[in-house]
Amino acid sequence: MTAATAQGPNAEELRADARRERLVLGALAAPGLLLIGIVALAPIAWLFWLSVRKGDSYTLEHYARLLHSSYAYSLQTTFELTFLVTAICALLGYPLAYLIAQARQRTAAILLLFVLFPVWTSLLVRCYAWLVLLQRRGLVNTWLADAGLIDLPLRLVHNFTGTTIGMVHIMLPFMVLPLYATMRAIDRDYVRAAANLGATPSQAFRHVYVPLSLPGLAAGIIIVFILCLGFYVTPALLGGGRVMTWSMQIERNVTYHSDWGAASALGVVLLAMALAIFWAVGRVIGFNRILGGR
Amino acid sequence: MGEEQRRDGEALRRVHAALNHGRTAVPARAPGRPRHIRTREAAIGEASGGERGSGLPISITGIGKAYGAFKALDDVSLDVASGEFLTLLGPSGSGKTTLLMVLAGFQRPDCGRIRFGDDDVTLAPPHRRGVGMVFQNYALFPHMDVAGNLGYPLRLRGLGRSEIEERVRRALDMVQLSGLGARQVDQLSGGQRQRVALARAIIFEPRILLMDEPLSALDKKLREEMQIEVRRLHRRLGMTTVYVTHDQREALTMSDRVAVIDKGRFRQVGGPREIYERPGSRFIAEFIGESSFLPVELRGGEAWAGGARLMLSRGVPAMASPLLVLRPEKLRVLAPGEDGAGLNVLRGRVDELVYQGESTLFYVELPGGARIAARQAASASAPALPGVGGEVALALAPADTILVPDDA
Repeated sequence: MTAATAQGPNAEELRADARRERLVLGALAAPGLLLIGIVALAPIAWLFWLSVRKGDSYTLEHYARLLHSSYAYSLQTTFELTFLVTAICALLGYPLAYLIAQARQRTAAILLLFVLFPVWTSLLVRCYAWLVLLQRRGLVNTWLADAGLIDLPLRLVHNFTGTTIGMVHIMLPFMVLPLYATMRAIDRDYVRAAANLGATPSQAFRHVYVPLSLPGLAAGIIIVFILCLGFYVTPALLGGGRVMTWSMQIERNVTYHSDWGAASALGVVLLAMALAIFWAVGRVIGFNRILGGR
Repeated sequence: MGEEQRRDGEALRRVHAALNHGRTAVPARAPGRPRHIRTREAAIGEASGGERGSGLPISITGIGKAYGAFKALDDVSLDVASGEFLTLLGPSGSGKTTLLMVLAGFQRPDCGRIRFGDDDVTLAPPHRRGVGMVFQNYALFPHMDVAGNLGYPLRLRGLGRSEIEERVRRALDMVQLSGLGARQVDQLSGGQRQRVALARAIIFEPRILLMDEPLSALDKKLREEMQIEVRRLHRRLGMTTVYVTHDQREALTMSDRVAVIDKGRFRQVGGPREIYERPGSRFIAEFIGESSFLPVELRGGEAWAGGARLMLSRGVPAMASPLLVLRPEKLRVLAPGEDGAGLNVLRGRVDELVYQGESTLFYVELPGGARIAARQAASASAPALPGVGGEVALALAPADTILVPDDA
């Protein structure tokens, strides 16, 4: 826009060509933009709209109700579960991703397949499988009893523990994949350079490898954290009604009370929290390091 | 007070002198050693690092390294003298980088020994070798700024903050990057990165410096500047340097000695002049500089090539199928009427002329059909070149008449 207008016999012709090219590119992007508008932006706008309406008037009543203790309690449960699952995923996922990233190409492909395989299996099937494994007379309790480690079966399911175990299993790939991608891209020469400069293997790992893998860890944490915040199936099945998360509150409001206003308000708050987490991690690590690019 | 200072200075000088002998760089942080001693030793070490001759000799004995059936290094032995600038020159896949990686400790050889000075370091891990290294892609840590990169090896050695700052400042001055300590690595140009990498490799005063094609990413002009600069830095600091390159000109420019390596073996080791002027084989003559070759016939104690009997300054050598090495710039066009007495003269027809600015490269077809390249400096004092198809006589001094065995 600010470029000096060029003079010359065919300058106008060239400018017209540039305009035409921009138009064509814009037209090509239009279907994609339209689709994003319909499937992403419109529903969010509608959610907002529902959350501030009662009858024909505007109200903040739905939000005021969220201050009620039952909501506060389930919000606390949701956050406890989310933090715990994210932390365990990070602790398990980092070494796992490191192992795969250090393995040879072929071995790495096979290991990665093991990580991806659960993602391709139905969520419900996996939850029921954990139910079978973890129940009172399930595989885990039987083994532990046979090994003489316990006298009475452990309560591993239909509670917070069971929910955590199941969620960690389901979320782990979302932690491992971005971590692996970042780690694979770390040039070996960085760690070599550190060793050459006098760093022991442990120092080289802490001073060089870990900082360079942080963007992957941040991406994994954001994905897992946000997925956990709104997760429904696993807490519902493995929590056995004892673990009440916000997603279950939403479901309750809609199916039992047909209260779309309250459900929408819950959804809006959840979305705001997800954005807040993204912003917070982005502030620490740097947005463009998480969103690709270095 | 004054007396005390004098005694301190005396003690320091003695330690300094002692350190100039058996010291391997600034000692890396060893567990259990009190910090203040390390710091002091390091500070003293720095003073001695500025002197020529503080490099540690390297001894490579019988090193072999195979990847499956491929022999990257095949029984390689070499001694590098203290303070020497040695270049490993070879085509890609020749094993030059593998040898450097073995020296740095990143590759474990299958057999053989590496000694730095009196220490056998064959089994020493990289972080205990105390050698500086400049990586091909520099490997500057992207999550640290320039000062952070330079200070890292000093931090590992437990130096104090103020001392690190001081030495980083001096290192930046040395590579002409004063005041750029706070820059991020990705804000630097290629040439600046190169300098930072070099500064980081020498800031902890290693007595051996390894460089893996450090200039290959720079453009020609900058590369030539850096060659001179690296050379000057080496003269000033005097550490034993092993430099890897595939650029023969770079090797000739920088080195005290060049080791030409191919297929995991040394083909010839010698000074730049010796390697260029007295190539030991066709491979060397072909790889270093431009050369044309003519088959030589040995008849009754005389050597014949291109229809002429060759005068040789060193007599006729005993080899099976010798080749005459013709360097384009050693061939001189004879002016009309000049008889070329005492010179070997080759006559032929100009086949092609290529004007290259400072010189003209031309190809001459000899009566037997062989084609040789010659070069004439662009100067009005030189005899005029005939056009394409014209007759030309080329003279070669007996001292420049080199015969090599055909090994390629």
